[in-house]
Amino acid sequence: MAALLEVRNLRTTFLTSGGTVRAVDGVSWEVREGETVALVGESGCGKSVSALSVMRLVSEPAGRIEAGEILYKGRDLLKLSEPQMRQVRGREIAMVFQEPMTSLNPVLTIGRQLTEGLEIHMKLKGDAARARAIELLGMVGIPDPARRLAQYPHHFSGGMRQRMMIAMALACNPSLILADEPTTALDVTIQAQILELMRDLSRRLGVAMLIITHNLGVVARYADRVNVMYAGRIVESASAAELYANPRHPYTLGLLRSVPRLDEPKRARLDPIVGQPPDLTRLPPGCAFSPRCAYRVDRCAEAPSLAEVRTAHTAACWESVRLVKELAA
Amino acid sequence: MSEALLEVKHLSKHFHIPGGIGRSGGIVRAIDNVSFSIRRGETVGLVGESGCGKTTTGRCVLLLERPTSGSIWFEGVDIAALSPRELRSMRRKVQVIFQDPYSSLNPRMTIGQIIAEPLKVHGIIRDKAKREARVRELLEQVGLLPQHAARYPHQLSGGQRQRVGIARALAMEPALIICDEPVSALDVSIQAQIVNLLEDLQKRLGLTYLFIAHDLSVVRHISDRVVVMYLGKIVEVADRRALYEDPLHPYTQALLSAVPIPDPALEASRNRTVLRGEVPSPLNPPSGCVFHPRCPKAIERCAAEIPPLREIKPGHWAACHLA
Repeated sequence: MAALLEVRNLRTTFLTSGGTVRAVDGVSWEVREGETVALVGESGCGKSVSALSVMRLVSEPAGRIEAGEILYKGRDLLKLSEPQMRQVRGREIAMVFQEPMTSLNPVLTIGRQLTEGLEIHMKLKGDAARARAIELLGMVGIPDPARRLAQYPHHFSGGMRQRMMIAMALACNPSLILADEPTTALDVTIQAQILELMRDLSRRLGVAMLIITHNLGVVARYADRVNVMYAGRIVESASAAELYANPRHPYTLGLLRSVPRLDEPKRARLDPIVGQPPDLTRLPPGCAFSPRCAYRVDRCAEAPSLAEVRTAHTAACWESVRLVKELAA
Repeated sequence: MSEALLEVKHLSKHFHIPGGIGRSGGIVRAIDNVSFSIRRGETVGLVGESGCGKTTTGRCVLLLERPTSGSIWFEGVDIAALSPRELRSMRRKVQVIFQDPYSSLNPRMTIGQIIAEPLKVHGIIRDKAKREARVRELLEQVGLLPQHAARYPHQLSGGQRQRVGIARALAMEPALIICDEPVSALDVSIQAQIVNLLEDLQKRLGLTYLFIAHDLSVVRHISDRVVVMYLGKIVEVADRRALYEDPLHPYTQALLSAVPIPDPALEASRNRTVLRGEVPSPLNPPSGCVFHPRCPKAIERCAAEIPPLREIKPGHWAACHLA
C-alpha cells in the first residue's frame, strides 16, 4: 500500500522559561492508506505535538516547526500557504481531540457545528447540509438525529460528545483521521463502544487513522502498526503483533511489564520503570532513556539511531541484541 | 485479621438539586443503601464508572459528606454520631490520598511544611526540631530524599508529588487510608512505582486501605476483596479471585470484558460484550434493577423488582435476579 502521510525528520520546538525544548526531535513515520497507526508514549513524549504539527496547529510564536517534511499524498504540507492548508484541515485530514467538552463550541448547536464544515468544504447548503448532518449523526450511533441537531453540546453525555466529534471528523470524507487520546476521558464501557465504532467506520469508509494513546491495551486491539515515543523521539517501531511479541527497546519492554494484566496470574510485585519521567529542558546527552535503563552501557552517552532489528521492525538501542538474549535466558 | 475495622451499614447519601430556569429540581441518590466492611490489614477495592458513587462513599467514610442515613462504624464506634470534638481525634486515624497530586498540595508551601502541617495542627509533635526529624523520616519512608523537604510542589514530578501526598497521610499514623484514584493521574511507568510503595507500606505499617479506582487491572493487583458499584448501588462483592475468575453480575462481566489486554494475538481472539447505551441519569434512575436497560441478560422481572444483594456463594454477594 502507498504511503498516505509521510513524516520525515520532523522537529518541533517550544520556547519555554527553561530554554528551547525539542518536543519532537527528528521523527519519521508514515501512515498508509486505510491502516491504523498508533503513536504511544507517556505525557510529554511528543505524540500530541506530532499530530498538531501535521495539522500545522502548533501554537506560534512559542512553538515552531523547525525542520522536516510532512508529505501528504506526495505534497509537503509545510510548504503550503495558510489558505491552502485550510483546504486540507477537515477536508483531507481531520482530527478527534481528547476532551470533547472543550473542543466543541458550547454556544453553537450540534447541527451548526456539523454543517459549518459541510458548507465550507463540500459547498452544501440548507436542506442538503442538514440531511448530511442527520446522516452523519445516525452513522455514529446517535439516536433520533433530527431532533439532536437543535441541541447544544451540554445536552450530550461524554460518550455522545465523542460520537459527535467523530461525526464532525467524518463529515467531509477525509482520507486520514488523527485521534488524540480519543477515549482517555471516557469510562471503560463507553471507551469500548467508541473504539469499536471508530474501527468499524474506518474499515467501512476506508479512512486511515493515527491513534495517539498511552494505553497499551487500546493499541493492541486497534492498531496495525505502532511507534513508541520517548522524550521527543521514536524509540521503537513495528507492527503491533511484532512489537508485543518481540519488544527490542528497554523502554517498550518496561512499559509492557509495568502494567498489571487481567489475563495473567496476579504478580507479587509490579515491575516499574525506575526513576522519573524525562525533563525535556535537561535531557542527558545520548539516549534520553539511559538514566532509567537497566541495560545501560557506556556507549549510551552517544545517541543510538533507529536501526532495523528484524524485518520491518526498528529500535533505537545499542543493546537490543543483549536484551533479546537475556529475555530468552 | 478478621476483625472489622470499618463497617458501613445501609449508607445513603442524597443530594438535593434545586430547580432552575428550564430545569426541574430533584434528588440524586449518589449512594443508596450501601453496606460493606473492611477487616484490619485488608485492602478493599471499590470500582465502578464515573457517577457510580465510589468517591461519595469514600467522602462519607471521611465524614467530608454527612450521610443522609445509615451508619459508619470505625473501631466499633458510629462515627456519624460523634461530636465535633470526638470526631477530631477520629480523623487522625482515617486519612486520604487524592487522585490529583497537582491540586491537592498547596503550591505556596514547601514539601516539609506540607507534611509537618498535620503534625502541628493536631499537636502531635510540638517541638520544631523533632517535627523536622519526623518529616525526614516520612520522606525516606515514601522513597524521597531529605533535601526534598525544602522544595515546592512545582519542582517535583507527578509521581514524586503523589509520594508527598502519601507521606502527609502517613504522618498521622492512621489505621485506615482512603486511596481515591491514587494512580490514575500518573504516567504508566510511574503507576507501578506508587502501587508497589502502597503495598510495601501496608506490610511494614499494618495499614488498611479502601482503594477507589476505575482501573480494573490495578484493583485486581492490589485488592484482597472488591466491591463493584453501579449508579449508587453495590452490585457485587467478592474476594479478588472469585470476582475476577467467576464474576456473577452481568455488569461486572461487561466491565471485565471491556478492559483491553496488551496482547494483539489475544485481543483478536477475544469475544467482547460491548454494553449498549450509557449510564442513566441518577436523577431519574430506572425502575427495578438500575442496570436492566443495558443488561444483555435482562428479563421482565428486572424492570419491576429491585434485586437485593444476596450471598450466592460463601463470601460472594451479587444483586441480580439471575445469579
